[in-house]
Amino acid sequence: MAQMSLNVISSPHVHGGDSIPKVMKTVIYALMPATALSVVMFGWPALLVILLTTLSCMVTEWVFMKIRNRASTLDDYSAALTGLLLALTLPPHTPWWVCVVGGVFAIAVGKQIYGGLGNNMFNPALIARVFLLISFPVELTTWPIPVDIFGPASYGLYDSFAIIFSGDYGSLSMDAITGATPLGQYRMETGLGKTVQDALYGLYNFDHAQVAGGLVGGSIGETSAALLGLGGIWMIRKKLITWHIPVSMILGCIVPAGLFWLANSTVYPDPIFHLVTGGLVLGAFFMATDMVTSPVTFKGQLIFGFLCGLLTWIIRTWGGYPEGVSFAVVIMNTAVPLIDQYTRPTIYGAVKKTEQ
Amino acid sequence: MGIASKIRRLFHGGVHPPEYKDLSENCGIEAMPMPERLFVPLHQHIGAPCDPCVSVGDKVLKGQVIGKPAGFVSSPVHAPTSGTIVDIKEHTVGHPSGLTMLCAIIDTDGADTWLDTLKGIDDPMNAEPSSLRDQIRNAGIVGLGGATFPTFIKLSPPKGKVAELLLINGVECEPYLTCDARLMEEQTERVIDGIHLTLHALQTKKCIIGIENNKPRAIEAMQKAVADEPNITVQALPVMYPQGGEKQLIEAVTKKQVPSGGLPVDVGVIVHNVATIAAISDAIRDGKPLINRLVTVSGLGINRPANVDALFGTPVQSLIDHCGGLKQETKRVVMGGPMMGVTLHYMEAPVTKGTSGLLAMTAKEAHEEQERPCIRCGSCLQACPVSLMPTEMAWFSRTEQFDMAKDYNLYDCIECGSCAYVCPSNIPLVHYFRFAKLSIGAAEREARQAEISKKRTKIKDARVVKEQEARAAKKAAMKAKMAAKRKASASATKKPAATDSTAAGDDKAAKAARAAKAAQAAKAARAKKAAASGDAGGDDDKAAKAARAAKAAKAARAAKAAKAARAAKAAKAATEQSE
Repeated sequence: MAQMSLNVISSPHVHGGDSIPKVMKTVIYALMPATALSVVMFGWPALLVILLTTLSCMVTEWVFMKIRNRASTLDDYSAALTGLLLALTLPPHTPWWVCVVGGVFAIAVGKQIYGGLGNNMFNPALIARVFLLISFPVELTTWPIPVDIFGPASYGLYDSFAIIFSGDYGSLSMDAITGATPLGQYRMETGLGKTVQDALYGLYNFDHAQVAGGLVGGSIGETSAALLGLGGIWMIRKKLITWHIPVSMILGCIVPAGLFWLANSTVYPDPIFHLVTGGLVLGAFFMATDMVTSPVTFKGQLIFGFLCGLLTWIIRTWGGYPEGVSFAVVIMNTAVPLIDQYTRPTIYGAVKKTEQ
Repeated sequence: MGIASKIRRLFHGGVHPPEYKDLSENCGIEAMPMPERLFVPLHQHIGAPCDPCVSVGDKVLKGQVIGKPAGFVSSPVHAPTSGTIVDIKEHTVGHPSGLTMLCAIIDTDGADTWLDTLKGIDDPMNAEPSSLRDQIRNAGIVGLGGATFPTFIKLSPPKGKVAELLLINGVECEPYLTCDARLMEEQTERVIDGIHLTLHALQTKKCIIGIENNKPRAIEAMQKAVADEPNITVQALPVMYPQGGEKQLIEAVTKKQVPSGGLPVDVGVIVHNVATIAAISDAIRDGKPLINRLVTVSGLGINRPANVDALFGTPVQSLIDHCGGLKQETKRVVMGGPMMGVTLHYMEAPVTKGTSGLLAMTAKEAHEEQERPCIRCGSCLQACPVSLMPTEMAWFSRTEQFDMAKDYNLYDCIECGSCAYVCPSNIPLVHYFRFAKLSIGAAEREARQAEISKKRTKIKDARVVKEQEARAAKKAAMKAKMAAKRKASASATKKPAATDSTAAGDDKAAKAARAAKAAQAAKAARAKKAAASGDAGGDDDKAAKAARAAKAAKAARAAKAAKAARAAKAAKAATEQSE
């Protein structure tokens, strides 16, 4: 009996065609509009930061796979995505060594020591950002004012290298080119006893639409809530993520914010302020939805998302940092296995069984 | 996935793979030339394999029983044509692990002579339902949708359960397959007659025929045929795999869910495949046993797709040759549908009762990607028609934590493959689940075997203890007797000066012997009682207790015996000294 040269595998024999590289690439594409706008807003330094974190993530991944004697996993694009996401959480003028340390930390400590893709407990980009924020608070909270890349005041390519690699701003003074983020402004000024209105509108000239469009200081990826939201909605339409986490996370933040604002609008800013500033939209669509570190059940995703949002609002309102998205998501990451265990879906025929 | 999302879902989850029905949906049913040799497996159904009831060299006639059912859940196998049995031996079949099976190998004589004793039932609609069931049982009819469960069992609902609805499965949700659709189009009368007979056998009035609406011609044909029968309706269903799964079809049509671990009849429904129903008609009208079926030969790798009426035992190679052979780019040959079928190792594997399709798949259809780690995207949870958590089940199966896998409802998995179909990491999830189920099954069999041998050992141990006790008691009695004798002779000859010490020594010896005897007797009685209760009750705990008691008794006995021996020795020494 002659054996055929046919390959023999277990059913099913057809496949839908989804793959991890496709998934990761789709997320990267979804981030592209907001990333491009950031580069336009902050100039070449922002692009350098993005390239630095992405490259250091990819190199770290490659080195780890070599050490672990495995085939390279660079082709699944997960390391590149982690690098991009990390860059989006950093200030546009982050020094090169902070970028590299962050990239290495994200992959090495955030992912590979757990066993690589699929096994990590924390969102690698966010755990790296939290690490950087605690270790290098000054570098992580220096917020340059947006300078249009095509405008007259923009940094040339040479200046940009100087800023990122040697912190050399030439004749420019730091005070002139940096400012507070809206969230930072709100916390700092209200901490001094001012009302929200004075803190934001009086000194900062805060405008919701302007902030939503991205024309304000902040992390590279925090700038445009509108474009991030569009990218997120596109991912939902592509069936890459479901609406559960983004919607519940945003509600988890703006519902309590709204209630407190209604109660006392001089102390608590309005919910739209919370929505368009900081990393809430980036976190809701791109960070909390990280598949590996979020629940798999719909019920669990709603709980997880809502608590992420609630924690974000609590940290923003009473915490030690002006922005709380990364802390909130990283804290909730630890609860994912528990949430998954207690939100098991009701299986076919199970209801009847308990009745019997 | 884009298409699937727009379609109304009648059950949770499901997927919509490319249908490829157009390859063969316009190919009329065709017979094929008689193969020279048939390899008829003696186990073509779920349940116990058949015992061969013919010998090598026997001439057999078409329809003659060649394998007798061995047990209740079993089904006879008949000779598909007339010829000579040239061998009965293990032969390759379409098995997921490439295992062989006992097959009757028949050299066909070309005459195709029927056994003349086969008879149908006259006026079946007025016959006893049980006689219809017996006829169906003897005809070797099993579910032809692919599960191959003996049909007569499904026609005999357990006591207290009533079948209110006969649900005919014409869904054919597996891509490629078109033989059920062609059957409904071309042989509508046969199917309708089968429905009437089955309704009578079940003593049920209502019937719904479920057909997915990618088979408009079949729907039309069936609707026309039942136009003036109000109790039989045709229900067109949106296309969604695995709607042809028994439980999914029940949910789609009746909105009811079969309880986990229960039977469809628990919700008053009995489901039969259209091809099974047609076979029922043949068996009851003409007495024709199940010896052939429709097979869809399709796939981009076959030269001439077709719907072939093939005899069981026909080698796959003959079928492929009949359909113009394989194209060069064929990568995989699958028996059954692409979602649940098995890949073939050898082209000599025969067509059996469960063979609904034969697919020659090219790289284009059966693309392969490397397996990557699970990223917990949750696609499988959304695709699972049973609402399981394949993520956790796969983890626990792969790490061999089978109890946990069971806790995550492993046994509710219908192995439809929807999870693996959507998995972006290309994880062979169904394979893991089958592995877990088989491992649990093997472990349970082993545990049962161990339990049986443990019981046997216990009984033997108890018996041995009893015998030893009897012997020990006898020995002790003898010893005591001897000691007494010796004492008597010693006291007769002993000097007065030594009297005190000797008397003391003798007294001691006798006392020790008596005490030992009494203790032994008591222990033995207790042990016996315990052992007896263990034997009689057959209770594990009791038996274990008895065994422990026996062991303790044995140890105590050994200690006592040693003590007694020591005492006796001392007494003896004293006696000798005194002498």
